[in-house]
Amino acid sequence: MPEPSNPIDPDQAISAGGGFGGAMDLAASDATSLEKAPGHGQEPGGPTAKPRSLWSDAWRDLRRNPIFIISALIILFLVFISLWPGVIATQDPLQANLAKSQQGPQPGHPFGYDEQGRDVYTRVVYGARASVTVGVCATAGVVLVGSVLGGLAGFFGGWWDAVLSRISDIFFGIPVILGGLVFLSVVTNSTVWPVVGFMVLLGWPQIARIARGAVITAKQNDYVQSARALGAGNSRILLRHITPNAVAPVIVVGTIALGTYISLEATLSYLGVGLKPPTVSWGIDISDASDQIRNAPHMLLWPAGALSITVLAFIMLGDAVRDALDPKLR
Amino acid sequence: MGRYVIRRLLQMIPVFVGSTFLIFFMVYALGDPVAALFGDKAPDPATAAQIRHDLYLDHSLPAQYIHYMKNLFSGDFGQAFNGQSVTELMGSAFPVTIRLTIVAILFEIIIGILLGVVTGMRRGKPVDTGVLLLTLVVISVPTFVTGYVLQYLLGVKLQWTASSVSPSAPFNELILPGLVLALVSLAYVTRLTRTSIAENTRADYVRTAVAKGLPRRQVIVRHLLRNSLIPVVTFIGTDIGALMGGAIVTERIFNIHGVGYQLYQGILRNNSPTVVGFVTILVLVFLLANLLVDLLYAVLDPRIRYA
Repeated sequence: MPEPSNPIDPDQAISAGGGFGGAMDLAASDATSLEKAPGHGQEPGGPTAKPRSLWSDAWRDLRRNPIFIISALIILFLVFISLWPGVIATQDPLQANLAKSQQGPQPGHPFGYDEQGRDVYTRVVYGARASVTVGVCATAGVVLVGSVLGGLAGFFGGWWDAVLSRISDIFFGIPVILGGLVFLSVVTNSTVWPVVGFMVLLGWPQIARIARGAVITAKQNDYVQSARALGAGNSRILLRHITPNAVAPVIVVGTIALGTYISLEATLSYLGVGLKPPTVSWGIDISDASDQIRNAPHMLLWPAGALSITVLAFIMLGDAVRDALDPKLR
Repeated sequence: MGRYVIRRLLQMIPVFVGSTFLIFFMVYALGDPVAALFGDKAPDPATAAQIRHDLYLDHSLPAQYIHYMKNLFSGDFGQAFNGQSVTELMGSAFPVTIRLTIVAILFEIIIGILLGVVTGMRRGKPVDTGVLLLTLVVISVPTFVTGYVLQYLLGVKLQWTASSVSPSAPFNELILPGLVLALVSLAYVTRLTRTSIAENTRADYVRTAVAKGLPRRQVIVRHLLRNSLIPVVTFIGTDIGALMGGAIVTERIFNIHGVGYQLYQGILRNNSPTVVGFVTILVLVFLLANLLVDLLYAVLDPRIRYA
């Protein structure tokens, strides 16, 4: 949290938040405390590193945190079923039998049928793939673009920094769902890639801002000065000293963002501009089922539940990682 | 203070131009408004060219943008393709969305801050853990799911409230939609307030206030709350813009004819003037809300002075 005594930097004031419907501002504001935190000056040793670094400390904390274990297990399971959905769902998610439209649970079909007479259980299992793919790819893209642009801006400063700050202000000014509707309504491609591309396009300023702050904090540390005095070049300082010490807040915000991207994909699919059939997606299924909620609530509740648990797992994981990486809470 | 406001207003100009141009570009360059006008039929080339000329679409994109902005600042937002002027649409849509946003903000302030104070004062207790888990769940369930579930439970099953909103959208019908719209932000407000309160309970000024014998209520309200609310005010302020833009989903669920509804229709029908006009206003609201938040800082924290 920003200390109340901190003078507000007027240049930064415009950009206090916005972005993803406000959803990730908290992640960002929580992470500001992290920017000051990881100043240990040690390389991220694994759990076996001799002097206990921030990372081995965090890992020790995480292993004992039930929330971390539960969410990690859920995520492993999700990754598994998005790679091999056939293992636990033997039917075809696209096979429809109109005679069974909207029928409730039956033996072999525990979640019942949807309006087209497709098996809801199979569709829920197959829907994981779209959500996990969008979440992981969008986060990877956002973190890559955001941390490179933001990190370089923080390290070198100067005009590039000023230009980048103004550009990210512009992107923050556009409400995300709105931008998604405008941008994706002209796309006819039904794969996940336009959605991922859009999320990277609008999501990178958030990570860039976090990375920039973290790099600026890390840059002022004594070990950077001494490395420079010993004759290390920019690239060595950036890779060996700055990156390991500035990466924590980016990881935290990235993990929480992954959950919100999954939620955003479902929202866009619900509005009819995200993924499109025949891609199996929870958002599309929820949207189709929403007209029939009075007759057949089961068609909405199962995919909605799966979606909510997925998002919850990623947000809980991010929360646990943040608590473990934030020395102020120890 | 005056100079600070002027500087901030000047800084807004590039952001405003950039955001609106980006939207303008997406609407006019990625979609084809003239083709949309003809629906499924292929337009007669001569007619299409005439329409393009009438709508100033036969110029380069930057020229179109400048032309559009010139009209906009003289109060002309153009016409939707059904002949209604965009300002007329705004006149009917904005009051509804503003009422909805007010209801949502009230929920955030009253419930969010109250829960935040309660949990922040009892950090680590069962109440705290329970509320914290609840906020995580609320954040994780997407708005359109909570919307449909609450509409089904409260509106259809229990009949406590109307399940959809009439065109005039009075306040009492907006309570449930307002709650749905506010829920995610409400959870964030709770968490922010909690963290902030928990940090400040250890501050010296709180110990001083307790030591000089002030009643507990006064310590909390006058000292603790005032200092802890600064990040919360930032969040709520920036949330105003997000709520108005994010109301698309809520307005669709409850059939509210506000800004989100008009925008959604505009985008589906490729009705460019409507989309660009509404988004321009939303960007303005967002920027002004941010400015307002920064000025509020000085009120909440007298240590902050803007030269």
